[in-house]
Amino acid sequence: MSHTANSSLQHISRKALHMTTGLKTLGFEDFSQGHFGTFGPYHALREDIIAFAAEFDPQPMHLDEEAAKHSLLQGLAGSGWHLCSIAMRMMCDGFLLRTACLGSPGVDEVKWLAPLRPGDDLTLDVEIVGCRVSSSRPELGFVHFKNQIRNADGQLLLVSTMPVIILRRDAIGGASR
Amino acid sequence: MSYFEDFKPGERRGLGSFAFTAENIKAFALKFDPQPFHLDEEAGRNSIFGGLAASGWHVSAVWMKLMVAEVEREAAARAARDEPLVPPGPSPGFRNLKWIKPVLAGDAVSYEWEVVSTRASEKRPEWGLVNSLNTGTNQHGVLVFSFEATVFVPRKPIRD
Repeated sequence: MSHTANSSLQHISRKALHMTTGLKTLGFEDFSQGHFGTFGPYHALREDIIAFAAEFDPQPMHLDEEAAKHSLLQGLAGSGWHLCSIAMRMMCDGFLLRTACLGSPGVDEVKWLAPLRPGDDLTLDVEIVGCRVSSSRPELGFVHFKNQIRNADGQLLLVSTMPVIILRRDAIGGASR
Repeated sequence: MSYFEDFKPGERRGLGSFAFTAENIKAFALKFDPQPFHLDEEAGRNSIFGGLAASGWHVSAVWMKLMVAEVEREAAARAARDEPLVPPGPSPGFRNLKWIKPVLAGDAVSYEWEVVSTRASEKRPEWGLVNSLNTGTNQHGVLVFSFEATVFVPRKPIRD
C-alpha cells in the first residue's frame, strides 16, 4: 500500500473529514500517558526514496546504488528527513487528521538509528510521554509524543520526541473550523 | 566539505534562501502532512498560523536541500584547486528543532549554518562529529526556524 499523493484529499476540511469518516474528533482529553497506538504499515518505494532525495537531499548515498555501497550506510538509503516526513504522514493517517490539532512548536530530538531501505514496510509506535494544559491558553494543551519507526524485521530506524498542540474537548466546535 | 580538522566553532555560512509558494507548500503537505492548514488557504487563515502555512517538515527539508547545495559548491571549489573531495558522512540525528514562527505562502526563508562544537568519534577513528546550529530567517528578518544538527565528517588522512 503506497501513500503517494492523493489529490482527492486536497480540499477536504476537518469538518468534511469528520462527516465522511463518522469518527469523532479527538481532543486533548483523549490523550493520556502510555502507549497510544501502532500505525502502518507504510511502504517506502525505491522511487519515492529517490524522488525525495532528488528534491531535498541529493547526496550520492540517497540517490545512487553504486555510490551508496561505498558510504557509511552501505547501500541505498532514504534521507533521514524523508523518514521524519514519513513519520509525520503516519501520525496524520493514524490519528492526527481526526484530532483537533493546531500544530507543533518543534521537535525535542530525532535519532536516526538505522537506514531507511527501498521496499521497507514501516510501522510507527506512538507513546505519550506527557500531557499538559497551556497555562496562557487554557483552551488548548500540549501532548508530548515519542515516536518509534521500525522496519518489517523489527529493527528500530527512528526515535523522535515532539509536542503537539491539541484543543481541549470543550473548545472543539467553537474554535475549530 | 572540508576535513573534520578544518571545522572551527564560530565558523558561519549563509546557505541562501528559498521561496515558499502555495504550490510547493501544498505539494509537500499532500505527500507528508495533509493537515488542512497546509493544504487550503481558507483553513490556513482560520488556523493559528493566519495563512496557508508550510509543514514544519517542509521548512526542515529545505534546510537540507540548501546545505547539500553548499556542500556541492565547496566540492566544485576544491576540485578547481585540485584538492581531494571530502564528502560528508551521514548524521545520527538532531536536537531542539524549533518551528518558531509560521512560514506562509509568499515567504522567503534564508538559512544559515554555524559550527558550535566538534569531537572525534570514539567508535570510528577515521570520522569526527561536527555539531552545528542552523537557522532560518524570513524576508522580514524574523527568526522562524532553528535546530542543532550533528554530522559525521572524515578526518584528515595521516600521511607518513
